[in-house]
Amino acid sequence: MKRKRTKRFGILALGAGLLLLAGCGANNSANNGASPSASGGSSQPASSSAASGSPSASGDGIKVGILHSLSGTMAISEVSVRDAELMAIDEINAAGGVLGKQIVPVVEDGASDWPTFAEKARKLLTDDKVATVFGGWTSASRKAMLPVFEELNGLLWYPVQYEGMEKSPNIFYTGATTNQQIVPAVDWLLENKGKKFYLLGSDYVFPRTANMIIKAQLKAKGGELAGEEYTPLGHTDFSTIISKIQAAKPDVVFNTLNGDSNVAFFKQLKDAGITSDKLTTMSVSVAEEEARGIGADVLAGHLTAWNYFQSIDSPENKKFVDAYKAKYGADRVTDDPIEAGYTAVYLWKAAVEKAGSTDVDKVKEAAKGLEFDAPEGKVKIDGDNQHLYKVARIGEAQPDGQFKELWNSGDAVKPDPYLETYDWAAGLSGGNG
Amino acid sequence: MSVWLVQMFNSLSVSSILLLIALGLAITFGLMNVINMAHGELIMIGAYTAYVMQNLFADYLPASWFGAYFAVAIPAAFCVSFLVGLALEAGLIRFLYGRPLDSLLATWGVGMVLQQLARTIFGAPNVGVKSPEWLNGGLSLGGSVLPYKRLFIIGLVIVTLIAMYLYIYRSAAGRRMRAVMQNRQMAACLGISTRRVDAMTFAIGSGIAGVAGCALSLIGPIGPSLGTYYIVDAFMVVVLGGVGKLLGTVAGALGMGVFNTYFEFWTNASLGKVLVFACIVAFLQWKPQGLVAMRTRSLD
Repeated sequence: MKRKRTKRFGILALGAGLLLLAGCGANNSANNGASPSASGGSSQPASSSAASGSPSASGDGIKVGILHSLSGTMAISEVSVRDAELMAIDEINAAGGVLGKQIVPVVEDGASDWPTFAEKARKLLTDDKVATVFGGWTSASRKAMLPVFEELNGLLWYPVQYEGMEKSPNIFYTGATTNQQIVPAVDWLLENKGKKFYLLGSDYVFPRTANMIIKAQLKAKGGELAGEEYTPLGHTDFSTIISKIQAAKPDVVFNTLNGDSNVAFFKQLKDAGITSDKLTTMSVSVAEEEARGIGADVLAGHLTAWNYFQSIDSPENKKFVDAYKAKYGADRVTDDPIEAGYTAVYLWKAAVEKAGSTDVDKVKEAAKGLEFDAPEGKVKIDGDNQHLYKVARIGEAQPDGQFKELWNSGDAVKPDPYLETYDWAAGLSGGNG
Repeated sequence: MSVWLVQMFNSLSVSSILLLIALGLAITFGLMNVINMAHGELIMIGAYTAYVMQNLFADYLPASWFGAYFAVAIPAAFCVSFLVGLALEAGLIRFLYGRPLDSLLATWGVGMVLQQLARTIFGAPNVGVKSPEWLNGGLSLGGSVLPYKRLFIIGLVIVTLIAMYLYIYRSAAGRRMRAVMQNRQMAACLGISTRRVDAMTFAIGSGIAGVAGCALSLIGPIGPSLGTYYIVDAFMVVVLGGVGKLLGTVAGALGMGVFNTYFEFWTNASLGKVLVFACIVAFLQWKPQGLVAMRTRSLD
C-alpha cells in the first residue's frame, strides 16, 4: 500500500543483484548480531536469524517469522517496525516466553520487492515451519503474501493502516482500516475546517482507494471537491501542484502522499509561504518517524490522523516508549505502525496462551474477542474480520516533532473494512484494487 | 500575479534543478562516456554532507553561526563527493573504460552499496536538514511568493555553470581534459598523462553531483534512496541535450523543465511525466544526436 516506488531499470535487476550481496546484508546484523541463518537458496541478500539472548532456543523454542524490507526503498519505514517486533519478543522471552518456551525470531528481508515477500513467506512457512509471521508494509507486499498464507494455512500479522476492502482468514490486521482513520478524519474536517477538499496523493492503490471513499463521503455529507491530484511515487517537485492548490483555494488538503514525497511537499509548501494557519492539511501517512525527515519546524501546525501518537499519556505507552528508546537509542521515536507491530506480537502471544497451542486454526479461534492493553489503549480483535477495535485520533504537529492530540473518537471504533455500516459507501467495495 | 507567471518561474526553477543534477553527469557520462549509475548516490552523499555539517555546526559552534553552515556545506559536499569519485575511479571505473555495459552494471552495484552504507551509518529513515534562516521565506511579487531557496538554486546553477565553463574551456587543465576526451592516443603522444586526466575529470563530475545533493537538501528528502529519484531525469537531460556538450545539457534541462511544468499544469503529475518522456523519445528518433550535436573527427 505505502511507499511503493516504480522500479526503474527492472531489466538490470538480475545482474546487479549479484553486486548487491555485499551491500545489503550489512543492515540487519546491526541489531541482531547473530550469525546468518542457513536459509540461502536464493540470490537475495543474506538474512540473519536473531538469537535474542537464548542461544539454545532452537531446540525447544517456538519459531516466528519476521518479514520486513530491510533493504531497498521501503527499509526507510519497515526497519523500525522490525525493531519493535524484536523488542516485544525479547520482552516476552525475558518474562518466561510463551507456553513455557522461548520465542525464536527468524528475520527475513523482503527487500522492498513484492515477489520476494511471497518467496520469503513461503520459505518461512515451509522450511522454517514458523508458528506465525509478522510482516509487510505496503499493500502490494501484503497482496503478494496473501495467497501464500491462504494456500499453506499460515498466519500473518500485518501492522499498517491500509485501504480496507479485504479480510483474509489468514491475516490479522493490527493497523487501522479506513473507518478508523480516514472516514472519521473527513467527518472531523467537514465539521471543523470547511467543506472544500483538495485530494492529493501518490499514484497507486492506497491513495486512489482512499480518495474514492473520501469522494463518496464528501458527496453524501455536502462537501465539495476542489481538485484531485496524484503524483508518481518519489515525486520531488511540487511547485506546479502548489500553484494548482493556490488557484483552487480549498479549505483542506487531504494528503495521502506516501514516503519521500511528503518531505518535498511540506518543505516546498512552507517555502511558497503557505503555513498551516492559511491552509489546513490532513495527512494519513505522516507520523513521528516521517516528521523527523520532514523537519519538525516545517511540519508544525499540520494535522495528521492515526490511532496512536508517541505523546499519548498512559502507563502502557510510557513503558513502551521508554523501552524502545532504551533499546534503540534516545533519539528514536515511536509511531503508529511501530506500535501496531509491537501490539501484534503480544496479541499473538495472548491468543497462543488462550489456545494452549500454536496451531493456526486454534490460535485464530482463540483470538476472537481477545483484548490487550496496548500503548494506544485497549484494543480488541474483531472475530468477524480479524481487524482491531481502535480509537481514531487526530493530532497536530508540534515544533518538537511530536503530535498533540486534538480529537479522539472516545470509544474504540469497530473495524469495518468494507464500510458496510455506512450508507454512502454502498457500491464502493467492488472498485478496489 | 497570474498563475502563468508563477508557472514560468516554476519551470525555470525545475530546469535549474534538473541542470544541477545533470551537470556532473554531463562530465562523467557526456565527456567520458562512463554510464555512471552511481551518480544518484553521489548526489545523496552531498545531501548527507549537508546534514553532517548542520549537526557539526549545531553541536560545536555558537548558535549565531548556525546560518553559515550551508555556505560551508557546499564546498564540503564538493570535496567529499570529489574524493569518493576519485576512489571510485581508481578502484573500479578505470578498469572499465570502453566497456559501457560493464561500467553500467558495476556502477549500479556501487550505487546499491553506497545506499546500504548510508542506511547503516545514518539509519534507514530520512534525516532532517533545517534550512538556514536566510533562505527561508521568499520574494513577494504581486500576491505570489518566489521562494528564496529556489532563487538560490538558480543562482547556484549559474555559478556552477560559469565555473565549469571556465575550467573546461578556459584553463590548461580543461584543455588537456578536452584533448584526452577527443583523441586519447594523440593526447598521450603529446605528453598528457591520460590516467591523471581521467581521474581528475571523473572526480570533478562527482564533486558537482555533491553540490547538487547539498542544494537539493533544501527542498527535498534526505534519505538513502534519494539518488534514485533523480538519476533517470539526469540521464534524460544529458541524452536529450546531446552527449558531450555543456550547452546541450543546459538546453536539455531547460526544455525538460519547461515542458514538464506546463504538461503537469495542464494534465497531472503522472501524465505530465509520461508526455515529457514521450516527447523526448520522439525527438530522439528524429535527432538521435540530441539538441546540440557534437561535431567530431574521430571515427568511433
